[in-house]
Amino acid sequence: MAKVTAGVGVSHAGAIGAAWDTGRMNDPYWKPAFAGFEFSKNWIQAQKPDVVILIYNDHAAAFDLRLIPTFAIGCGERFRPADEGWGRRDVPAAEGHPELAAHLVQSLIYDEFDMTIVNELDVDHGFTVPMSLMFGTCERWPCRVIPIVVNVLQFPPPTGKRCLALGAAIRRAVECFDEDLNVMVFGTGGLSHQLQGPRAGLINRAFDNRFMDLLIASPEEAAAISHLEYLEQAGSEGIEMVMWLVMRGALDPEVLLRHRFYHVPASNTALGHLILENRTST
Amino acid sequence: MSINHLSGPNSHQPCLKDLNNALSVIPGTYVFDAQRARQGRALNAFCGALQTPQQRQSFKDDPASFLDAFDLTPAQREAVLSRDYNAMLELGGNIYFLSKIAAVDGHSFQQIAASMCGVSVEDFQNMMLSGGRAPQTTNRSNPSVQEVSRG
Repeated sequence: MAKVTAGVGVSHAGAIGAAWDTGRMNDPYWKPAFAGFEFSKNWIQAQKPDVVILIYNDHAAAFDLRLIPTFAIGCGERFRPADEGWGRRDVPAAEGHPELAAHLVQSLIYDEFDMTIVNELDVDHGFTVPMSLMFGTCERWPCRVIPIVVNVLQFPPPTGKRCLALGAAIRRAVECFDEDLNVMVFGTGGLSHQLQGPRAGLINRAFDNRFMDLLIASPEEAAAISHLEYLEQAGSEGIEMVMWLVMRGALDPEVLLRHRFYHVPASNTALGHLILENRTST
Repeated sequence: MSINHLSGPNSHQPCLKDLNNALSVIPGTYVFDAQRARQGRALNAFCGALQTPQQRQSFKDDPASFLDAFDLTPAQREAVLSRDYNAMLELGGNIYFLSKIAAVDGHSFQQIAASMCGVSVEDFQNMMLSGGRAPQTTNRSNPSVQEVSRG
């Protein structure tokens, strides 16, 4: 049977991808940011996931205002990096897992999560930056990936509570898939940041760290954070943090904290990172 | 009354008004809701068109003609041509769409953020290096950042 073995929380700021792609990883500005992922790259290489279910938000790349699905799942064979205006990132296209994705769709819908099915999807920095941070530079990503896209573009995004419940439903689905697969869930985005308006540049170190504390030890409490609180305390784009709750929902109530990292600034964003393992999987 | 509890799945319709009012007075912040999305349909559609090298080149070569293909209001058109990002936000632009204009100009998010805050890029970068904008400025009872108006 397939198993969810671990969850990864990771910010996905586009500037990280730009720094990566222009070889500035060792610049004094970026070095401390990338240093937080040295452990992670070794860890994931040793863990060898077969499939990553990657929760991210589209930034007006694959979807536009004609169609705004709250929860969408990529069921295709292959996901190319999107051209978001700067050209496509020179990273591999991700190979999907259409069989597991179809199984997820069926199980989630019977579990009352009415997913939008996406068969063609170009993936933007929300997807490719976490892949670069966790797997480094490669010719081909070492695992299959199923993207789950969460709307945070037009208000309101789904609630934290709903995201946590989706994560639990994803785990139930994975763990009745009849193939031995090591599955991980990545929750991406955040932490505090605001990219727009006269309040751009907001960072809230205390809020971010409390969020990570709660996410690790008391996920229901983290899930109860309201939209208003995210917007006021973590900035208008900080609401992306709800996607970390999908990851957390796919894990045991008590998890092993393998790695925790926090760094400001990554351009305009507080860079957060967690690796959590399911005890039951070891 | 505690507005903080209004966004849960069990909240009831009449309370949405209170939540929306609370969201609309967060200082210096444009919440991209259905109203702004309607207002900004054409503006964001124009930005979305900048996702191929050919289209970006056409816009660079002749911005006015390129914009003619979209049904922008005169104010939206002027805001785009003068790269007034706060005005574009005010007129229904969404920041993820608007960032595609910055890409055409070869500008980073930090450059456009500095312009939205009315400070130099250097000052903005220094603010970020020293830990970012302090969260105290988000306190609704003590807004030290100007409120944005509804269009």
